[in-house]
Amino acid sequence: MNQEPEIVLETHAEPHTHRDDMGSKMGMWLFLFTELLLFGGMFLLYASYRYMYSAAFTAAALHLDPVVGTVNTIILLTSSLTVVIAIIALQKNQIRFSKLMLGFTFLCGIAFLVNKFFEWSTKFQHGIYPKGPALADMSNGESVFFGLYFVMTGLHGLHVIVGLIFFSFIYYFIYKEKITATNFQKFENAGLYWHLVDIIWIFLFPLFYLIH
Amino acid sequence: MSNGVIVQNPTAESFYDYKGTHSGILSWLLSTDHKRIGLMYLAAMITFFFTAMTIGFFMRLEMLAPGGAIMSAQTYNSLFTLHGVIMIFLFIIPGLPAVFGNFFLPIMLGAKDVSFPRLNLLSWYLYMIGAVLAIVSMYTAGGFIDTGWTFYVPYSLRTSSNVSLAVFAVFIIGFSSILTGLNFITTIHRMRAPGMGWFKMPLFAWGLYATAWIQVLATPIIGITLLLIILERFFGIGIFDPALGGDPLLYQHMFWIYSHPAVYIMILPAMGLVSEIIPTFSKKNIFGYGPIAMSSLAIAFVGYLVWGHHMFSSGISDTSRVIFSLLTFLVAIPSGVKIFNWVATMYKGSIDVRPPMLFVLFFIVVFSIGGLTGLVLGALNTDIHLTDTYFVVAHFHYVMFGGMGTLFFAGLHYWFPKMFGKMYNEKIAKIAGWIFIIGFNGLYFPMFLMGYLGMPRRYYDYLPQFKPYHIIATIGSWIMISGILLMFGNLISAFKRGSKAPMNPWGGTTLEWTISSPPPLENFDKIPVITKGPYDRS
Repeated sequence: MNQEPEIVLETHAEPHTHRDDMGSKMGMWLFLFTELLLFGGMFLLYASYRYMYSAAFTAAALHLDPVVGTVNTIILLTSSLTVVIAIIALQKNQIRFSKLMLGFTFLCGIAFLVNKFFEWSTKFQHGIYPKGPALADMSNGESVFFGLYFVMTGLHGLHVIVGLIFFSFIYYFIYKEKITATNFQKFENAGLYWHLVDIIWIFLFPLFYLIH
Repeated sequence: MSNGVIVQNPTAESFYDYKGTHSGILSWLLSTDHKRIGLMYLAAMITFFFTAMTIGFFMRLEMLAPGGAIMSAQTYNSLFTLHGVIMIFLFIIPGLPAVFGNFFLPIMLGAKDVSFPRLNLLSWYLYMIGAVLAIVSMYTAGGFIDTGWTFYVPYSLRTSSNVSLAVFAVFIIGFSSILTGLNFITTIHRMRAPGMGWFKMPLFAWGLYATAWIQVLATPIIGITLLLIILERFFGIGIFDPALGGDPLLYQHMFWIYSHPAVYIMILPAMGLVSEIIPTFSKKNIFGYGPIAMSSLAIAFVGYLVWGHHMFSSGISDTSRVIFSLLTFLVAIPSGVKIFNWVATMYKGSIDVRPPMLFVLFFIVVFSIGGLTGLVLGALNTDIHLTDTYFVVAHFHYVMFGGMGTLFFAGLHYWFPKMFGKMYNEKIAKIAGWIFIIGFNGLYFPMFLMGYLGMPRRYYDYLPQFKPYHIIATIGSWIMISGILLMFGNLISAFKRGSKAPMNPWGGTTLEWTISSPPPLENFDKIPVITKGPYDRS
């Protein structure tokens, strides 16, 4: 963040186009703030309801399988590492290795979603879904717990999907040589977004799976 | 910043004449030029403003006599919701940043455009999609929402009207607002002309900067809250629904965590505009540049922490009520700093009361009334008596319409020559201004008295003893609307037949007055180098 790359004005191109990597990164960070606050609202609700229904939350958390959660945490953390490796590889102009690592990151994201899919469908089979039979028998606190669980992990899953869409574009841009060893800001921004997805999961995981 | 150099010849081709890759309407709809986007916002916003004003007109007409005069209670409920949603989410919140911010921020910073021009165009589209969805939701089954613009649960979860679509519309508009804020922050950090340090920026840019931070940091909270309402209506998740264990008070907290700072989104750029107009028409350097700039940030910061004062009578704890009340009073300090610095700027200046300055003077008076009555509502004991009465309605319109609305008109009159390259009839503009402000006070001042006597807000009917006040208010609304119509009629006729505006009709010192009117495509032939403060006349 220290050295400020010069703003390159491309006077020959269309009017108003210029390249400013530093500005682009700053815009991405601001966007990440907004994402944090979006989830922040949910964490605020979680904190309030945990205080209000602490016993019910503890009981409800027993329905979640920490093993699945742990596996997903490992998958996401690994993918965060590989995306960084992919960016560094690109900067060193090792394009093939970079693509490989990016592909691996993509697969990790898919694996996470597949796990999530099975986790959710098991819950549905047991009647644990909003207005579902099992949830109707539970206390208010437990039903709020699962309400939060579905909304927060669902919203997070949506972000995983968006991250994967970003990566598909990045892969295409690398292939088309629009992203290169000297022009990689888009890739770095997508990576930053992925780390955000990762860090939100790092908070979701203990809040839902580990606190009993 | 005259800086002794004119950076451009006055006959340069204006951005209107630029022949891009597209022609006709597409040259606007696909343009990433910040000036065209600003004008597209302006066109949309004036349309929405007039729509909501017309709704307000009918609401006042209903209140002319007790008993259902021209509409049913249900219609009235929908109308005040519609009036609030359109005015707040489509006009007041995005008004100054989206129109004048887009058009003038890059020029005032000495830049060719904002940092992310394409994102800027996307913001406009999101804004329009949100607006269209809000309008479509009126015609879907169930009719337009009747919840009031606050969408309070549990009613918003129960009503048969189409809350989901309207709320989704607001969610999308919020996204547009976030992207604009993000764009402006980056622009201000990255695009200032060489030599323009932070404290050589025009104060309008400081106002936009503070606002942009609130847009970025507060809007996501309402985003998630509104999303939860939609999920709750479709799936019955039960996060806010008390029947399923949810807590409706938490909804109110989350709603106001955004919606109170949103008040400052509305007012901070407007205050920045005042800091532009006063030095120009007082022919003086601004007094207290640093304090004005910093007070914008202080208002933004403290304003983020006062949302609880909307909930004094909702049953939150006494401790939190006292803290929120104290913080609310603290906002008055940076606001006072601004007012005193403006007055000190005018002191011993050579004041020239031309239309923009006239509107600013109106603003200072009505906004002070609004601000002082805000203290009455910020105090716990008086608020219990006045909450949910017309007193609140009056206070709100004095600060929002008297504040942001009046200054929107001021900005329109200040920058009209620059935006359209035409001069308007100043005499008619001033007459329109006077009619507007007389009608404004006639409309809203009786509401303070009614509210004090106990007239509740959002009722379509009232007891006979309130009749005289309602009649005055309704007549006031007619006068105010005629003033507004005259004002826009004058501007439209100037747009068609006005004389050509010179480069610097008011003797302003900031960068937009150093380029031709209307500005050329890339604003500056050569990026200017800044050596002096923005209002330095030496």
